[in-house]
Amino acid sequence: MADVVLAGVGGQGNVLSARILAEVAMQAGFDVKTSEVHGMAQRGGSVVCMVRWGDEVHSPLIPRGRADFLVAFELLEGVRYLGYLRPGGTAVVNDYRLDPLPVLRGDARYPENTLEVMRSRAGECVVLDAREVAARAGSPRALGSCLLGVLSRFLAFPAEAWDDALRRLVPSRAVEANLRAFALGRKEGM
Amino acid sequence: MIRALLSGNEAVALGAYHAGVRVAAAYPGTPSTEILEELSKNPGVYCEWSPNEKVALEVGIGSCLGGARTLVAMKHVGLNVAADPWMTLPYIGVNAGLVLAVADDPGMHSSQNEQDSRFYARMAGVPILEPSDSAETYEMVKAALELSERHDTPVMLRLETRVSHSRSVVRYRDEREEVDLPYGKDAVKRVMVPGHARLRHPVLLRRLEGLAREAEGSPYNRVEMRSTRVGLVTSGVCYQYAREAFPEASVLKLGFVYPFAERLLHDFASHFHRLYVVEELEPFLEEGLKAMGLDVVGKARVPRDGELDPDLVGESLGELIEMDTGVKGGGWSPPQAGERLSPASELPLRPPVMCPGCPHRGLFYVLARLKLVVSSDIGCYTLSVLPPLSGIDCQVCMGASVGMALGLEKAFAASEANLDKKGKVVGVLGDSTFIHGGIGGLIDMVYNRTPCTIIILDNRTTAMTGFQDHPGTGKTLMGETTHALDLEELCRAVGVESVRVVDPWDLAATEEAVREEVAADRTSVIISRRACTLQVREERPAFRVEEEECTGCKRCLRLGCPALVMRGDKAWVDESLCAGCSLCAQLCGPGALREVRADG
Ligand SMILES: Cc1ncc(C[n+]2csc(CCOP(=O)(O)OP(=O)(O)O)c2C)c(N)n1
Repeated sequence: MADVVLAGVGGQGNVLSARILAEVAMQAGFDVKTSEVHGMAQRGGSVVCMVRWGDEVHSPLIPRGRADFLVAFELLEGVRYLGYLRPGGTAVVNDYRLDPLPVLRGDARYPENTLEVMRSRAGECVVLDAREVAARAGSPRALGSCLLGVLSRFLAFPAEAWDDALRRLVPSRAVEANLRAFALGRKEGM
Repeated sequence: MIRALLSGNEAVALGAYHAGVRVAAAYPGTPSTEILEELSKNPGVYCEWSPNEKVALEVGIGSCLGGARTLVAMKHVGLNVAADPWMTLPYIGVNAGLVLAVADDPGMHSSQNEQDSRFYARMAGVPILEPSDSAETYEMVKAALELSERHDTPVMLRLETRVSHSRSVVRYRDEREEVDLPYGKDAVKRVMVPGHARLRHPVLLRRLEGLAREAEGSPYNRVEMRSTRVGLVTSGVCYQYAREAFPEASVLKLGFVYPFAERLLHDFASHFHRLYVVEELEPFLEEGLKAMGLDVVGKARVPRDGELDPDLVGESLGELIEMDTGVKGGGWSPPQAGERLSPASELPLRPPVMCPGCPHRGLFYVLARLKLVVSSDIGCYTLSVLPPLSGIDCQVCMGASVGMALGLEKAFAASEANLDKKGKVVGVLGDSTFIHGGIGGLIDMVYNRTPCTIIILDNRTTAMTGFQDHPGTGKTLMGETTHALDLEELCRAVGVESVRVVDPWDLAATEEAVREEVAADRTSVIISRRACTLQVREERPAFRVEEEECTGCKRCLRLGCPALVMRGDKAWVDESLCAGCSLCAQLCGPGALREVRADG
């Protein structure tokens, strides 16, 4: 069983990544629950998804400080939802900064030490430029699959289960790039 | 058995399909929208986007009378619009079953208020079924249709964001029931003139008694006995939060929520010295239990506003439950110190923004420049409320922009204090919103001789909720081509003399049109027409700042475009985001913003 928080910015694709992860966990025979964000928050707003699996899962929302994994699609969003990660949990972080409007306008400052903050709480923190890796795989938009690839190193699900879920859920024209991005993420630096 | 991971909304659609629903109607609204989108993918079900929720429910009434099992879906505020048919439908009853799936939005993820739909069921005398995950949702659709037919009543299936937009495992057989009931005329039952309605109201009241008896034995009202020290009463997704926070507590989980199963509740209560009610939003169950004379704790501890979660449930009741049980925190273990308040509170917010290339931006830039009083409406354009555009004065509910503009204009016309505002009011609303609820207001404006300008932001879609078609787009939910409502003709037909169309990517022409119409002493309509950039996704060359020519005046930043930022003292365009709308180039005095040409 495990609890995973996926935090990002509307348009980055973390809703789809959450769905793929949940599907893999279900195929492995677990009870699974997710929560997603649709609607207003998708217009470039902060988007958090949660995926939980185990013998029996109750709440679709993870209690604070209980998540085993945090997948940060963007640095600020990673820090925003860091409180959900249990101390010593694992963070998978896309090293990417996207300034929100209040920062662009100069009304607020983008925190400088995002990686430090995440490292101070996580037991293990894998940091990578997922956009760059995904671009190498054929499309920078496949960054979510690259991050899932990294996450998959920590989970016991078989490679075929990931392959199957990616093929079924990613729009057909993008499947190949996503499979390659996943494979690179799974392998990178190991 | 098939095992699948479905969202609550997908489960409603699948449940309806398998239960033989043949007609379904809705108007989109988060978090309910995907119900009809999903259902319409199945064969043999007529599905429509109605122009608004009132029409959707009326279509539903007709089809259930006509013998087809029927689903009507909407978000919570949609039921305000549909409240008129909703209140009399229970008098006439149904023929084939009718289920209203209504989705509340605690926490207002995508809504203008967080009203609690359960009161609409009580007010109308309609039973409520409330699921707590997708599997239950799937089953309850069929149960609700059967209940509807058994008791000759509409049934409310009450959903919430965390049911509609959570995925969980559903097991089902891919089989569809066939239901096709004969239609027979019965005017005394279905024509609600006062003489007939007086006969029907007592029928409705007696029906509620029968429903309450059925609630007592409903499989959806489940007692889970664990600790004899703590008894919780809960329903919907709050059941899941309560189980998470207090795994040892005994729970009465209500799925058949209304009318109340009084005997069951009394029996359960008899095991405990008091009950705890865990429910989101209003104290609906709590008031019911108190009226039965039970000792309960609810909103005195559990927040009445906003969305609950396991932490909030644990924190709000832990202390009292500790007193009852002697168990620390009542069994709830709060996150370790420092975790509850992550640094999140000090972080810059990331509000949703209008997309690069959004056609609404040019129009709102012009309105801000002309310093008009802007009575606005609900849709993507509401995002222009944020600085730098700060383009909106007021916004309440769908279609209200028009009536409010009229009211503002009449107030200013007779005012000393606001003399300078007279003739400066515009009403602004989207194409889908205009068709949903703006037309009546426009008729009023012409009828009552109001010198005011209404601007329809016609982006050819219902963008905010994810690009649904509407009567103006020429396509139906089932993918058919149809007549496209002609907005210009419609406005002229209600008596608007001046109707003109502008392209909001042309700032000069847009400004000229707004200036002229606002100055004119008559009701006028400007249609600001350009298809939604996010939906159409045309490839256009991006723009780039020629650094030597940029004076750093920041005029382009007044557009609030997320693709345009300052880098040092020069403007800079993120070409990967730029949609090539050219608004920034139109504003740039020195002409430093240029199209990026393929040849470099
Ligand atoms: C009564 C009611 N029904 C549905 C909604 C959900 N909703 C909010 S805005 C909107 C429509 C927006 O479409 P449009 O007016 O065309 O503007 P756009 O988002 O395309 O700019 C809908 C369906 C609501 N807020 N209230």
